[in-house]
Amino acid sequence: MAAGVSDPSLRHRRREQGLMFLLASPALVVVLALVVVPVGWLMGQSVFDHGFTLENYRRIFVEPIYWRSFSLTFRFAFEVTVLALLLGYPVAYVATAVGRPWDILIMSLVILPFWTSVLVRAYAWLVLLQRTGVVNHLLADLGLIDEPLALVHNELGTVIATVHILLPFMVLPLYSAMQKIPRDLLQASASLGCGPWPTFVRVFLPLSLPGVLAGLTLVFVLALGFYITPELLGGGRTIMVSMVVSRNVELYDQWGAASAVGVILLACVLAIFVVVGRALPLDRVLGHR
Amino acid sequence: MKPGLLPRLALISVVGLVLAYLILPVLIIVPISFSDARFLRFPPTGFSLRWYVEYFGSRNWMDATGVSLAIAILTVLVATPLGVAAAYAITTSRHPLMRAIHLVLMLPLIVPIIIVAIGIFFVYSRLGLVATLPGLVLANVMLGLPYVITAVAAGLQRFDPVQEMVARSLGMNRLRAFLVVTLPQIKASVVAGAVFAFISAIDETIIALFVSGGQYQTLTKRMFTALRDEIDPTIAAISTLMTAASFMLVLIATSRGNRRDAQG
Repeated sequence: MAAGVSDPSLRHRRREQGLMFLLASPALVVVLALVVVPVGWLMGQSVFDHGFTLENYRRIFVEPIYWRSFSLTFRFAFEVTVLALLLGYPVAYVATAVGRPWDILIMSLVILPFWTSVLVRAYAWLVLLQRTGVVNHLLADLGLIDEPLALVHNELGTVIATVHILLPFMVLPLYSAMQKIPRDLLQASASLGCGPWPTFVRVFLPLSLPGVLAGLTLVFVLALGFYITPELLGGGRTIMVSMVVSRNVELYDQWGAASAVGVILLACVLAIFVVVGRALPLDRVLGHR
Repeated sequence: MKPGLLPRLALISVVGLVLAYLILPVLIIVPISFSDARFLRFPPTGFSLRWYVEYFGSRNWMDATGVSLAIAILTVLVATPLGVAAAYAITTSRHPLMRAIHLVLMLPLIVPIIIVAIGIFFVYSRLGLVATLPGLVLANVMLGLPYVITAVAAGLQRFDPVQEMVARSLGMNRLRAFLVVTLPQIKASVVAGAVFAFISAIDETIIALFVSGGQYQTLTKRMFTALRDEIDPTIAAISTLMTAASFMLVLIATSRGNRRDAQG
């Protein structure tokens, strides 16, 4: 019966295709109008100032303040990504190894903060880490420190809070990759005389690599463009690329400079997705967002 | 492959600590919001509702909350049908161009928000859309679409399209067949997508920093500005309410159907 309906006469198929494009078009128009057009406009603006010019880009490569910001941002994103992997891998591993209901509990504890406002979590970390904050009081009460530690308004506080916010983006793809690893394979390896550690290193770890790659990509790319935590917890000393962009617009009204910095940041992000996309289909990377 | 007791205990303690790191900061704002001290102390010295009274008594905070709720509700009303239609097209059509369209629809997740934000700010200033309700709703629809599309596409992939074809072969038109046969079965995914679009709109901060203002200033923009100046415990009260609301919404979204929907 189904075959009768979708009778593949060419005209019918064309009409069907047309309908599908029509259905997708309102969403497509929204994204084109609010992402592609504005970003395209920025690109144009970065090279046009009463005629074509590369002055904005030249400045980025010449003035050390831009260099510093880009290298700081990449180092920050790298630190955040490595920490997220180190903290996230054991969580995902245990969540796949334990049975019900513990796996649900663990994954709920990962997903619930994921859906809590980034702003709320940045606030919580301010409360926890500031000089008169919870952590410093606790450490002083325990007699571990005499002077409050500088945990926030610096890069350390920014890293602590950003890892907290991005950790779910690491755990979710790891978890779904690990879930697909057949348990029989591990048992087979064990029954062939392989100990738990060699089994992990030679069987489990390689099979979890697609999840590792997806998690690394998501966290690194998101950290590169992060704005809220560096702005609120960085103390004005850690000027990330995103803050250079916003300051050039808000404080200095330097649209050309802001656009050029934004375009370079976007180029880095797209390059990462293209490279990773060769190894892993992009929808598998983005499916966990 | 049963590792020894000691490595297993070590692993479990590490995971316990990481989970504590994930969840405790979210929970710590609750006792602070009920504290009576002007300065933050933990554990709090006394119980009071003064920060809640301050929040609900403040015209500015209430206006900002109203704006954020209005934006989020309108966003869901627009983004859900648009996202369902696009997800239907993406899962049904095999046309190679549709893959490209799918990728474009995921762009809001790929392009760093700060770049989108200043781009939108620039375009909106030319069009007079800065600090307007339509401008803010449109930006949030764009951000919410990937969530709706991903959740609904996951639901549609588990749905057998032959059922809809049968309904059509029995004389229903395509729209009715979709509404009567398909939609009820992917309802959980649609609800999950709508909830996530709602939460994303309530939480959205960066675009709002640039394009909200005046009469249409969002709650997050007010919070962000307040946080930059001083740590006002009123924000703990607001944060507690926001967190409680999103926990509840996520539970609704995830309990209504397969857990996979929620992760999409």
